[in-house]
Amino acid sequence: MKRSWKVWLCLIPLTLLVLGFLLFPTLNMVISSFQTDDGRFTLTHYQELFTDAYYLQSISNSLKISLLSATVAIVIAVIGGYSISQLAERSNKWMTTISNMTSYFEGIPLAFSFIVLLGNNGLFTLLFNQLGLDVFGNFDLYSWVGLVVVYIYFQIPFAIILLLPTYQAINNEWRYASNLLGGTGWTFWRKVGIPLLFPGVIGTYTILIANALGAFATANALVGSTYNLMPIQIASLISGDVFLQPNLASAFGVLLAFIMIAALWLNSKIMKKVRRDLR
Amino acid sequence: MKGTKWHIIVSVVLAIYLVLPLVGTLLYSLAGEWSTTILPKSWTFEWYIQLFQDDRFFQALGRTVFVIAVAVILSIAVILLATITIVLYFPKWEGALKTIALLPYSVPGVALAVGLINLYANDVVNIAGTPWILFGIYAIIIMPFVYQGIRNSLYTINARDMIQAAELLGASKLQAVITVVLPNMKKGIFSAAFLAISMLFGEFALANLLVGGRFETLQIYLYQQLSKNGHLTSAIVICYYTIIVWITLFLLYLQSPKRQKQTRAIKQEMPISAMQNANLEGE
Repeated sequence: MKRSWKVWLCLIPLTLLVLGFLLFPTLNMVISSFQTDDGRFTLTHYQELFTDAYYLQSISNSLKISLLSATVAIVIAVIGGYSISQLAERSNKWMTTISNMTSYFEGIPLAFSFIVLLGNNGLFTLLFNQLGLDVFGNFDLYSWVGLVVVYIYFQIPFAIILLLPTYQAINNEWRYASNLLGGTGWTFWRKVGIPLLFPGVIGTYTILIANALGAFATANALVGSTYNLMPIQIASLISGDVFLQPNLASAFGVLLAFIMIAALWLNSKIMKKVRRDLR
Repeated sequence: MKGTKWHIIVSVVLAIYLVLPLVGTLLYSLAGEWSTTILPKSWTFEWYIQLFQDDRFFQALGRTVFVIAVAVILSIAVILLATITIVLYFPKWEGALKTIALLPYSVPGVALAVGLINLYANDVVNIAGTPWILFGIYAIIIMPFVYQGIRNSLYTINARDMIQAAELLGASKLQAVITVVLPNMKKGIFSAAFLAISMLFGEFALANLLVGGRFETLQIYLYQQLSKNGHLTSAIVICYYTIIVWITLFLLYLQSPKRQKQTRAIKQEMPISAMQNANLEGE
């Protein structure tokens, strides 16, 4: 049919774009992770990842910072998000705007802002020094603790904007209904509020973990290659100053993508289970 | 209500915490000398004046705007074309399209860079180090957002019925799409575009790994300035935040009147929980 080939033509641009910049690169990464430098099949790259203490450390560091920052952020976002949802309309709008805006504060600009706030000559560092308080005596922004502080910061507004729609679903009418039927505040939360919130919280938590796992710019700007994280390892294997190991980098990339997919898959499993329980 | 005061306190503390980096950087960018005292010894606009006389800054900003504009337009055009075609002619494939469109979520940017360098930095094709590779990969990483924006707005306006109505009145499918469907989707497309712009504005990993100093974007420029004069860098960061703030404000403005209409329209079709889930998967 004449018409149908024209219709098919409309799908070509997307096909080309997806093949050229998503599927082929991903396939290439998977294949080259199983190849030696001269193109033969090998498993040594994966072996290296899971035996070399340095690489293992980067994997565990990445998992640790993701879990830690996601956990702290989700707790703050659950509390903060609830308070925001209970505000009057005007202030609610303000808080939504602030959360939305600050959720884009990340990467290099954010790392710099934290240097201004908490770095060696930072605003707070100076302030507390002058006041004679030794709060930051042991605090070093360019370390694990500093990195965690910045990760938590960029996860919070992101978590809040993801959670707000869930809170909107728990409208006050349901609470009145629960009260009318003789429920206490606690019954409301146990029977209505928490079951409704749970899927949203779990979903947001998974996204936060994935978000932190893939984050590169913030860590790169703040601690550079001195701190051992998966994205930083990958970057230095494909563009570092020492010597490049694209095949090992591919194996690393596959592993990182695998962890992220596993997290998202687990999320969808939990979602399905929770929903069945709800029904 | 007894809890109200408590909610206000939590919100205020949260708001202060969230704007601290912005306020701190702003103070620092306006400070003269500030290294030992609690507040700076003097205030000055010097850093902004210096920055605005720096051609490198404007060139970097120009490159960023250029790359983002091309990538966003490319992504929207390609996805719009494919989505409308599939909704009209291959409704069975919608699931497949959704899967493909959401795929970029699961592959982190740094990992994608590995495959891209292997593919596009060799003797046959060598576009690494040029903006070309950024056009393509940026169009891909914003795809989940662009796709969801376009799909939602197609469903909100009931594109299929609209086209049928237009056909009944004698228009061809193409005419119906151009004169009826697209104008009605304008708002949805704009919100998707601005969401994509604000995402790409902060993108550093791919720009740095694939192109680096050979095509200095704003993020790369900022990265180069990190180790230099702190006040000047603050001024750059403030300019960056200002742009982000304006884009977000505009985005929220675009979404606010429409949001109510849209939720009302969708509510009839699917339960709230499904909507939230779709929403979550989309972020």
